[in-house]
Amino acid sequence: MATKRTFRVWRGDAKGGAFAEFQVSVDPGMVVLDVLHRIQAQQANDLALRWNCKAGKCGSCSMEINGKPKLACMTRMNSFGESETITVQPLKTFPVMKDLVTDVSWNYEQNRRIPKFQPRPRDPDGKYRMYQEDVDRVQEFRKCIECFLCQDVCHILRDRHGRDGNAFVGPRFLVRLASLEMHPLDTADRIPAIRDEFGSGLCNITKCCTEVCPEHIRITDNAIIPLKERVVDRFYDPIAMLMRKLFG
Amino acid sequence: MLNVSEIQTIDHDVVVVGAGGAGLRAAIECSARKLSTGVVSKSLLGKAHTVMAEGGMAAAMGNVDARDNWKVHFRDTMRGGKFLNDWRMAELHAKQAPARVQELEEWGAVFDRTRDGLISQRNFGGHRYPRLAHVGDRTGLELIRTLQDHGVHSGISFHMECTGLEILKDGERVAGLLAYWRETGRFVIFRCKAVILATGGGGKAWPVTSNSWEYTGDGVAMAYNAGAELMDLEFTQFHPTGMVWPLSVRGILVTEGVRGDGGVLKNNKGERFMFNYISERFAPETADTVEEADRWLKGDKTARRPPELLTRDEVARAITAEVKAGRGSPHGGVFLDIASRLPAETIKRKLPSMYHQFMELAEVDITKEPMEVGPTLHYFMGGIRVDPDSQMSLVPGLFGAGECTAGMHGANRLGGNSLSDLVVFGKLAGEGAAAYVGQLAASPRVQESQIAAAVRAATDILNREQGANPYVLHEKLQETMGKGVGIVRVKEELETALAEIAELKKEAETLKAPGASQYNPGWHEALAMRSLLVTAEAVARSALMREESRGAHTRLDHPGESKEWVSFNCVVKRGPDGDMQIEKRPKRPGAPGLVAIANAKIEDLESGKVGADVQ
Repeated sequence: MATKRTFRVWRGDAKGGAFAEFQVSVDPGMVVLDVLHRIQAQQANDLALRWNCKAGKCGSCSMEINGKPKLACMTRMNSFGESETITVQPLKTFPVMKDLVTDVSWNYEQNRRIPKFQPRPRDPDGKYRMYQEDVDRVQEFRKCIECFLCQDVCHILRDRHGRDGNAFVGPRFLVRLASLEMHPLDTADRIPAIRDEFGSGLCNITKCCTEVCPEHIRITDNAIIPLKERVVDRFYDPIAMLMRKLFG
Repeated sequence: MLNVSEIQTIDHDVVVVGAGGAGLRAAIECSARKLSTGVVSKSLLGKAHTVMAEGGMAAAMGNVDARDNWKVHFRDTMRGGKFLNDWRMAELHAKQAPARVQELEEWGAVFDRTRDGLISQRNFGGHRYPRLAHVGDRTGLELIRTLQDHGVHSGISFHMECTGLEILKDGERVAGLLAYWRETGRFVIFRCKAVILATGGGGKAWPVTSNSWEYTGDGVAMAYNAGAELMDLEFTQFHPTGMVWPLSVRGILVTEGVRGDGGVLKNNKGERFMFNYISERFAPETADTVEEADRWLKGDKTARRPPELLTRDEVARAITAEVKAGRGSPHGGVFLDIASRLPAETIKRKLPSMYHQFMELAEVDITKEPMEVGPTLHYFMGGIRVDPDSQMSLVPGLFGAGECTAGMHGANRLGGNSLSDLVVFGKLAGEGAAAYVGQLAASPRVQESQIAAAVRAATDILNREQGANPYVLHEKLQETMGKGVGIVRVKEELETALAEIAELKKEAETLKAPGASQYNPGWHEALAMRSLLVTAEAVARSALMREESRGAHTRLDHPGESKEWVSFNCVVKRGPDGDMQIEKRPKRPGAPGLVAIANAKIEDLESGKVGADVQ
């Protein structure tokens, strides 16, 4: 049975905007993205939003739904109260382009800054050998669909100082750095850069990123904290510091 | 009056359209060969449809079963494609796939491992041995992220959220690409010496599809409009297992990996009905009892494969027949049961995203209950006709790679052969484009008159006072294709569909998108409709011409494969008056050694009685 629901959708561009209200009929099993598509097809042909796979695999339809960063394709309508108004707005951390679409190009710039994967040579028979237990952790990180919800919710990036001057690369790219650092084949040393260029010290582990991750990657515990520990081991280990002082 | 000189211009040697697996691999190759390379993509980088690929990537590495080699893979591919595959493409693919998989590993991909630490390989429909390199059930994401992260360090320019509209030509040759930025709605001219199309298929012409909004046949239509030939478009693959409920997720893919890992198909009487649908060609290699099928699953090498792992066309037709006979599930599909086959923890480990997808979208726990599944339009075997080695089309400087091209998969694609297709032929297209650019004496020049006409045609949609709603037109086309050009086809229905498409084409000339050109989905939809209509018409015309049933193309009025048609392709081309022309063209012949391998009994191939002399 279809029911009538009220949607408040932010409409506007970089210069400003306001919420527009839509009454729309909702069928059983629908997700928020379906309702937005129905609005687009029937009431507002030019409503801008991003989406691709509609199955939680591509990370395109990131937006804030009733104040929470979410994927619209994975937010079921029956997760709301029957008469609840649903408010949809663009990600707050990134500049608005139009309606629900934000300019996330900053994230792509960060990715480009990360030193590339540098594998060791192959085994004599031309193959690489790695064991499943040694790649489990890296595979967790590689589940990331780059929805940037973790970047959106990170208060360091939200405050802007993090993004200005690239002081802090954000949880998504600390996860990517961790996936390289823990890759059994990789030979590059990114630890100094993780501290100096990517700002691992700025994260104060409030775990907001982990909470919003649709892939349930344990961003803080499994990626960021181990990277912080590696930085500490390298630069702040008192015995190593003493040794360096004594022997140069 | 439009001033073409005011339109933004970007120069490259090669422009790649599409940023899925094929486009990225092609761009990496061009860039490695010191060409200035630009990638134009409708979406953000890393979002292309390749991320949806789940099961894996087929390559005869022999890591799990040492009996595997390229000849067996080639034979499987030809048999799966019902011998309509281009011989040379199937050969190149089977030979080069292992090197492409290992190359991905060298670029950082982390595949699941065997106990010995090698890349693990899984079973899949139509593949004789465990052959699919995989990462759980998110192999496509691994592929695209690996290529993306490698690509951003390769000096490639990425032009994101930019849509290609028309191939620009200088005489017969490619001179560039006209495109528009989705954000601003402004046009951009890419001047270049070669264009590689890697735009995927056109599944959005059907109502039930696993394809995303991007799949509107843009590359197929651009190539057609530029004078290239299209081929094999009647072969549209319906993947047997798409979700059927809730309605809003109808069509979303359920990986074949579920069946590869032991999942079985049942009707509403609880019968494993696939045993009733084993065709003659596959009978000698398919188990005919539950007991034998289960022994195979446990690794008994003397047992034959379960019928659930027959090729996709066969399984899709069987499901359709069960539903028609009234033995379907409550929402019009059949049941896919993994819950009773594997422990809950194993299911979650092997099929994590399927578990997640059903839990969150359908509130079904697949470790406890069966899934409801049914066929969904998934893949285009047909597309742009290209040279198998260089991947160049009939238009000098216009190349293709991946799903938007034809030949590799014949009448039916095996699961897992798509991801490997992307990287094998992506690389070859890059090599082909580099060779072409290297021998060009002078740079081609774009023609202002062509640009002005194309821009006017695109902006008319915004400027006219009123006209048809693009979303409504899209729905009408989907209805037409679903009804008339579906999984089983018949002459009268195809003719009706063609008549309806002709009407829709007229309506498309009056499309109106309200609003301005900035990030306007209504306008984007209207522009995509033009590509989709060309693609849909080519599919319907080809389906009408091929009077037999082969692979993914089933004609109720022409049941069974015809001996004659195996030697012909349906080739579509734009006629001088702009009308679509279609021709029954003799197929490119195969090398005798390859033909012998494809037709050999498996014992004879493996004992070396056949094919030993083929390198």
